[in-house]
Amino acid sequence: MHRFAKPSVFLKLTGAMMPWMVTLTVILTVVGLYLALFASPVDYQQGSTVRIMYIHVPAAWMGLFCYIGMAACGAMSLIWKHPLADICARATAPIGATFTALTLISGSLWGEPMWGTWWVWDARLTSMLILLFLYLGYIALVNAFDDPERGSKAGSALALVGAINVPIVKFSVDWWNTLHQPASVARMDGPSIDPSMLAPLLIMAFAFTGYYFIVLVLRVRLELNQRRIRALQLSGVFDDRAPTSGDDSNLAYDQGHNAGAGK
Amino acid sequence: MSEFFSMGGYGSYIWASYGIAAISLIVLLITTLRGLGQSRTELDQLETVLKSRRPRRVRPKDQTS
Repeated sequence: MHRFAKPSVFLKLTGAMMPWMVTLTVILTVVGLYLALFASPVDYQQGSTVRIMYIHVPAAWMGLFCYIGMAACGAMSLIWKHPLADICARATAPIGATFTALTLISGSLWGEPMWGTWWVWDARLTSMLILLFLYLGYIALVNAFDDPERGSKAGSALALVGAINVPIVKFSVDWWNTLHQPASVARMDGPSIDPSMLAPLLIMAFAFTGYYFIVLVLRVRLELNQRRIRALQLSGVFDDRAPTSGDDSNLAYDQGHNAGAGK
Repeated sequence: MSEFFSMGGYGSYIWASYGIAAISLIVLLITTLRGLGQSRTELDQLETVLKSRRPRRVRPKDQTS
């Protein structure tokens, strides 16, 4: 497992997979949007607003999926201290936050015509808002330290503690009385949703998953580059202008230190 | 066609949710790609500097700015 978690292997593997992932995601998106907007029937109660579901529900799944991934990476980063786990967790956070925000926004846009309100403080909506705050808190925390290792420790701890919110989001519609409808796809007795609506829902979910993996790979590469830049800047290779002794050392340090700041 | 866009009177809600989803996902992708491009440029610059400097490290006294 560790052999595959080497950054160089990761870059090679994902580099080869990238064109396929992009093609697949584009096809899934086009088919999913076609089914969602044209080919699927309107709901007998909700009319056309049911089409918001094909954004709302996959985005909510992705919000939870990304969080589980982020917390799992956080755990691996704490236990094995593998840098790639921490990098994956950092790369996942903004994607998960985007999907969670999209869930809340599309949910509001669905709630206003159907429930008559943009927002209610009920269990499902509130726990989803907490999920968004957990993402934002994680992003703020890991970036709040000069030393990335300390940031990753604190962030991983937050991600793990916050993972308790995931089952709360999932089961909130069963545990509490809520305006939000209960689960209709991931149920013990199988989906209660019609296949004509289930198909676009699942295809959009796969399209979002493909998007997640593409952006994840790109963000991991970005993070690897940034770490390499940081390592080079801190390595002292660029400080060879510094005199070996004397009062000028501070000046030379400043020059070296700020060398990359202007770019 | 206008019937399709009005979506039974709920067009604004439906198109707003699809539009916001599309825009935010595209913005996230573009910012990621731009950040990646910038980091690559910066890394290339550092590595060129590194290469050009290596031989001079033998005589560091020559390099006063």
